[in-house]
Amino acid sequence: MTKLAVKDLTYHHCGPVNFEVDSGECISVSGASGSGKSLLLRSLADLDDHGGDVMLDKINMKDVPANEWRLKVALLPAESQWWFDTVGEHFSVVDHALLELFGFPDNVMSWSISRMSSGEKQRLALLRLLINQPDVLLLDEPTANLDKNNTLMFEQIIKQYLQQHKACVIWVSHDAKQLERMCQQHFEIKNGQLSRC
Amino acid sequence: MFIPLTSLDLSLAAVLVVLLAVLSWRMQLNVTQQLIIAAIRTTVQLLLIGLVLKTVFANVNFFWVSLICLLMLSVAGWEILSRQRRKLKGWWGFGVSTASLFVSSFFISILALVTIIQSDPWYHPQYSIPLLGMLLGNTMTGIALGMDRLVQTAWQQRGIIEQRLMLGQTGIQAIMDIRKESMRAGMIPIINSMAAAGIVSLPGMMTGQILAGAPPVEAVKYQILIMFLITAGTGFGVIAVLGFLSHRLFDDRHRLRFDQLLKTTGD
Repeated sequence: MTKLAVKDLTYHHCGPVNFEVDSGECISVSGASGSGKSLLLRSLADLDDHGGDVMLDKINMKDVPANEWRLKVALLPAESQWWFDTVGEHFSVVDHALLELFGFPDNVMSWSISRMSSGEKQRLALLRLLINQPDVLLLDEPTANLDKNNTLMFEQIIKQYLQQHKACVIWVSHDAKQLERMCQQHFEIKNGQLSRC
Repeated sequence: MFIPLTSLDLSLAAVLVVLLAVLSWRMQLNVTQQLIIAAIRTTVQLLLIGLVLKTVFANVNFFWVSLICLLMLSVAGWEILSRQRRKLKGWWGFGVSTASLFVSSFFISILALVTIIQSDPWYHPQYSIPLLGMLLGNTMTGIALGMDRLVQTAWQQRGIIEQRLMLGQTGIQAIMDIRKESMRAGMIPIINSMAAAGIVSLPGMMTGQILAGAPPVEAVKYQILIMFLITAGTGFGVIAVLGFLSHRLFDDRHRLRFDQLLKTTGD
């Protein structure tokens, strides 16, 4: 079943871009630095101006307030931002089952941001995103700053979330092996055009 | 009792400034030129406004009073703008700062003249012009500080703002904490001066009235009135300008629109 449909999307100097992602599916987008991979994800999250249509479950992005759209189509950048002193202040609800799945003790909410490692930060950033129960995950080099163990753990969590929530994922990465492990369809951006490889 | 000053009195005070200028020149402190220019400016500007006020007081005329007030308002608007490190493009910057000054100073002045002071006529320049001047001068500082803090912090923290947008917050929610911080920055000067009034400092207006021979308690009452008006004006003005700017920084799709901001000198 088609979850996300992108029709004639134009952004920056790229496009028109057309593709569809089904529920439970993970697709990869690769391409050289500066080819427009991150900008594609930003446009899908409606963070940048763009043309064309993006539909989620047949509902057009334009018909939904942008903040509600981003709850459903969630973007995870390579480096997360934290603005309060402790972890807990960034969460409006605490999901203990998710905390356990992510391998965090219950007291993680009182941890200080400045003392967290980049691996912990990225896992918590994903947790913060998944609590909103998004239908589409846009991952922009999500494991670029993580070591091997943290990377595998991250992949495992994504797999589990996909199965449980019938969500879909668009995964941008330079790590060809990771994309091979995670994704069913593979796309490449070259000269501003998206093509299947 | 009121003692008028003669030209000789002023010259004696001027000699002190000249002595300071000579000393700083000998010590190579690099303030001599600025000091002399500023001293000349203050003399010329104040003498001119003295003459203007003398003329306006002699013939109370609504048109002339309005003209002077509008002039004061736009100069204050420019002044706010020139203290911003990053300005809104085009006329927006001037528009925003002048509009908020209008809310904070103009509106409050008229309110005070009509309902509290009840001068006759209500726009009598002896009351309206000094009152507006004091309000403008003080609320201007608050508004300039609040505006500068909001735009500057939003610029530095644009990564954080976008992260909050990615998590499904609206633009207003995403900038809420910066807005609170900017409100505080804009209000601190007037809160400080209310807290210090009478103990650390004797406010200028009250001092002036006492020097002019007014009974101290009457002068104090006027000073309290002015303090409250300034506080209310600054508060409303800063709230207005921050509200407007916060909306202006985002488009209807809750995207941060820094293309609105013109980068100027500084960092």
